[in-house]
Amino acid sequence: MPESRVPGTLSPDTLIERVRLFDPATGLDAPGALLIRDGIIADLGGGLGRPDGAVVVDGAGAVLCPGLVDMRAQLGEPGFEYRETIASAAVAAAFGGITTLACLPDSRPALDDPALVRLLRARGEETGSLTILPYGALTRGCEGQDLAEIGLLREAGAVAFTDGGRAIASARLMRRALAYARGFGARIVQHPEDPSLAEGGTATEGEMATRLGLPGIPAAAEAILVARDIRLAELTGGSVHFAHVSTGEALALIRAAKDRATRNGGFAVSCDTAPPYFDLNETAIGAFRSFARLSPPLRAEADRLAVVAALADGTIDAIASDHQPRDADDKRLPYTQAAAGGTGLATLLAVTLAQVHGGQLTLARAIALLTSEPARLLGSEAGTLRHGAAADLCLFDPERAWRVESGTLPGKAQNTPFDGRALEGRVLGTWKAGRRVFGA
Amino acid sequence: MSSFPRRHLLQIEGMERPEIDAVLDLAESYVLLNRTGKTPRDLLRGRTLINLFFEDSTRTRTSFELAGKRLGADVLNMSVSTSSVNKGETLLDTAATLNAMHCDLLVVRHDQSGAPHLLAQKVEASVVNAGDGTHEHPTQALLDALTIRRRRGRVEGLSVAICGDVMHSRVARSNIHLLLTMGARVRVVGPPTLLPAEIERLGVEVFHDMAAGLAGVDVVMMLRLQRERMARGLVPSAREFFRFYGLDQAKLAAAAPDALVMHPGPMNRGVEIASDVADDPIRSVIREQVEMGVAVRMAVLDRLTRAALANA
Repeated sequence: MPESRVPGTLSPDTLIERVRLFDPATGLDAPGALLIRDGIIADLGGGLGRPDGAVVVDGAGAVLCPGLVDMRAQLGEPGFEYRETIASAAVAAAFGGITTLACLPDSRPALDDPALVRLLRARGEETGSLTILPYGALTRGCEGQDLAEIGLLREAGAVAFTDGGRAIASARLMRRALAYARGFGARIVQHPEDPSLAEGGTATEGEMATRLGLPGIPAAAEAILVARDIRLAELTGGSVHFAHVSTGEALALIRAAKDRATRNGGFAVSCDTAPPYFDLNETAIGAFRSFARLSPPLRAEADRLAVVAALADGTIDAIASDHQPRDADDKRLPYTQAAAGGTGLATLLAVTLAQVHGGQLTLARAIALLTSEPARLLGSEAGTLRHGAAADLCLFDPERAWRVESGTLPGKAQNTPFDGRALEGRVLGTWKAGRRVFGA
Repeated sequence: MSSFPRRHLLQIEGMERPEIDAVLDLAESYVLLNRTGKTPRDLLRGRTLINLFFEDSTRTRTSFELAGKRLGADVLNMSVSTSSVNKGETLLDTAATLNAMHCDLLVVRHDQSGAPHLLAQKVEASVVNAGDGTHEHPTQALLDALTIRRRRGRVEGLSVAICGDVMHSRVARSNIHLLLTMGARVRVVGPPTLLPAEIERLGVEVFHDMAAGLAGVDVVMMLRLQRERMARGLVPSAREFFRFYGLDQAKLAAAAPDALVMHPGPMNRGVEIASDVADDPIRSVIREQVEMGVAVRMAVLDRLTRAALANA
């Protein structure tokens, strides 16, 4: 950083100029510049002058959008530091343009105590590059038995409630959770997979699993739980969010439920998906590639296409990384014995942009799915470029090509399902509260 | 001589007909040599074959052991109960150990689908899949084809019914791929709970009724039904299974009059097959399958070794 400082400010101003200012939340898409002062967006638009002593970044025509908001990621901490630490996740997030991240509560210990929620928020602040918004555990220990202290967790800053990768199996418990959380205006996030149908399965039931001799999970296991929980949301007036939705059948149910909710009110339904479910299908398993073992499992091509359509038509509210760090010992095993899950922070933007390059999504829709939409669901003020807002920014070149290679990705966890994938779209710079946290 | 360019034998799926024919032709010659006791004991001399069995199997292990010894290999048996796998050693630690031992041929049985594929990426030896989970059992399919070919003179054009627990059967999957590649017509017969999803997309016809499924077929292949299938609620009871899907003389009457009866063993008599059918001296070729097993495995070891030498 240059030594020159403007008197009376904490750090020099930064002017990011010659960029395409892009903010789906406000409909902004125009060439111009953005001025950062004291960590906030002081000005943006065309014809900004260069303040004395400002650090000038030449965007050379790249896109400047709000820092990405990742509404679903697992962190290695606490409890699985051998897979990933918060510090290493923050490095991967900054590489991926992510400045706000909602972390899942099924850590060890689970985030079922207000002190742990506060701890995770503080640990995020310590990174200086990533705001961590913790989910609260829906049940104690995420064990699916007794409700956690939803009110106290909410007060401590939990953004919504879930048992992470474990589905709430009991309809009775789900009913109570939806009803009780409603009193606090809190959303329940479900891993939509009927656990009794999914038990022991590691791939989507069908020709591929049959050929490979892998225990299957019927794709309907997703729709069955989605149908039940939509009905329970209607019964209780609750708010349910389905994570990493991956089948056309479940999306059709969600689409219809959203229409009903819009017409009649009284309950709310939302959902997200993750890049593997619109970029890959079950053939990525190939000859037993354990990096392609995910939960939910990769689906048939027809389901992948249904996810793409639902991203475009608004059925899907957000794209989350669904980041799940695993270490080599978790994955260097026969497919079914390997741990499920793939990393996603570093590749979130570029894999999403593949849908823009392919003509399925507009850039505005794609960026909304990564910024303003997840921010809205999380009740966060992030995800937009506003005067006076914290300068959380992502500068990217949508055309720049690169190849995903396990072993060379930022952060500790290397278990990407996109290993070997050529992508277009690379983050050039990431700013957190005005401070540059990624890029030269 | 047609080529057998592969370093490993991991699965039948993807193998083409000339390659299969070549293995069967070679196996045919080993049948004769075995009967006359004139096997080429120098072919694998100085080479080490390790039988690495993570699952119990007397039959397949001894068959590979005999095949290796008849070709002059040094044969070692490593089984899971005595190895360090139970002490937390991973499959890949085992691979590193085997590399250090300079093993040439590694015969692997594992309860996980794809385990031999993972090992094949990490070991220097040629890997032969001796059964992986519910995926494939390639040498079983080859020996079944050899048995059929010797009895019928061909595989092409025959109609074969594979019956019972297809869902959990690696034998069924390998046989489906091999028989279809060789031009046979294949049916699978079993209760819907024991047939895997979209099995018809492999190119087979699906039946849930033995009389219909066996009508006019040239070969009836029975599969072993493990007791745990009853415990998991896939089949209510052994006696109900036998009543509707067990092969007895009455059900066999639907097949062609000279239809062959096969079983990969070990059999559950009175569950999937009646003793009088299993022991029928005219129809049952179950003992012949065992004899063909040794010859086919000799042929596989032979070809993998020659391929390794050619590529060395």
